[in-house]
Amino acid sequence: MLKNRVIPILLLKDGRAIKTIQFDKYRDVGDPVTTARIYNAQRADELMFLDISASSEGRKTLCNIVREVAEECFMPLLVGGGVSSIDDIRLLLCQGADKVIINTAAYEIPGFIKRASEKFGSSTIVASIDVRKNKEKMYEVYVRSGNYSTGLNPVEWARSLVNEGAGEIVITLIDREGVMKGLDIDLIKSITESVNVPVIASGGVGSLKDYQLGFEDGGAQAVAAGSIFHFTDQNPIMTRNYLYNNKVNIRP
Amino acid sequence: MIVVVDYGMGNLHSIAKALECVGGNVLVSSKGEDIKKADKIVLPGVGAFRDGVANLKKRGLDKILISEVEKKKPLLGICLGMQLLANKSYEFGEYEGLSLIDSEVKKFNESIQLRVPHMGWNNIEILKDHVLLKGVKNNSDFYFVHSYFMECKNNEDVFAECSYGSNFPVIVAKDNIFITQFHPEKSQKNGLKILKNFAGWNM
Repeated sequence: MLKNRVIPILLLKDGRAIKTIQFDKYRDVGDPVTTARIYNAQRADELMFLDISASSEGRKTLCNIVREVAEECFMPLLVGGGVSSIDDIRLLLCQGADKVIINTAAYEIPGFIKRASEKFGSSTIVASIDVRKNKEKMYEVYVRSGNYSTGLNPVEWARSLVNEGAGEIVITLIDREGVMKGLDIDLIKSITESVNVPVIASGGVGSLKDYQLGFEDGGAQAVAAGSIFHFTDQNPIMTRNYLYNNKVNIRP
Repeated sequence: MIVVVDYGMGNLHSIAKALECVGGNVLVSSKGEDIKKADKIVLPGVGAFRDGVANLKKRGLDKILISEVEKKKPLLGICLGMQLLANKSYEFGEYEGLSLIDSEVKKFNESIQLRVPHMGWNNIEILKDHVLLKGVKNNSDFYFVHSYFMECKNNEDVFAECSYGSNFPVIVAKDNIFITQFHPEKSQKNGLKILKNFAGWNM
């Protein structure tokens, strides 16, 4: 049986692992390669690297980090941050990424997801959707690191990304990011019920129960989290034990 | 020397490093002469079948691979590198493969219950023992990323299956050919065991 996945997130800025709160106020949490090694030893199901430097220098550093991690961590690596061309994708894949995350470029470059998935296969192309709740309490898609409102509805946007060829969706509620007060199950459920591809839920995991809710109530295939691993004594082994003992379908 | 065939399809760095990690002497190459010189061949691959076949043909590697396999040189095919050995695939049309394994490549029937791609860790059921599976326990989890799967004409070629909607072959082997739908180079300890067994495989 296909297992649910637990995915630690490594946010990168200028070669360091950092952690943000609601995409803002970042703080340094260590050396990314060392951290990745530890997560590998703890049998994380995948690792997610997101570079928020969004500069060509940052991209170069990201490539070096991915390359170094891929040399000794024989596990799936999911990588993104400012990816906006076929060459960006090819370069990351060559360094050892298995799947590439596309966010802003999916919105700003019409047809990009389609071209990318035709070139590299749908299963390599992951579309990431960042969402905020607006004043009317409606969910709305944001791009450019949460700074630009698109006016799009997340469910419709997710459907169109999958129609274009995205093989997986990452859904993040920015309002919960780094806050550790739980995932937004309503948002996650609205996405998992609307698309036939795997969904990674992110933004807000603060307890082991939150993973379980993401899988069981949200219907997500994977839950990604950063803060819980950086700022609490939880690690992927303990997370997996908790979930396994609570009858969640997870790698033993 | 193990040659990892570079035909412009996907992540070669990981497989090369994983083979080195288990003691393999590895060369990543797109040259036919290197494939001829090698003791063993790894055909990796991520991407679409059509591009994979076209890239092999463009480099003249399809015929070399077939003739080296016929000379009983061990071949490990991974993911797309497995599927390329089929007679044909129905991905984005209908395309002919290398016809080294009597089989066809078909798509999963997707639904909310059966999300496609089949992505993540799934346990495999070992149907028959194989020297490359030494040390690998039945029902071990391996990492998969694919939307198409191989359907074999001969049951005796199927060494392990996996369940996703229905059962489908995930390890197919015949003489000196050993191919996996999952990614051993991404499957942590279990995957490295298979790669180690391959590196030490003497036909």
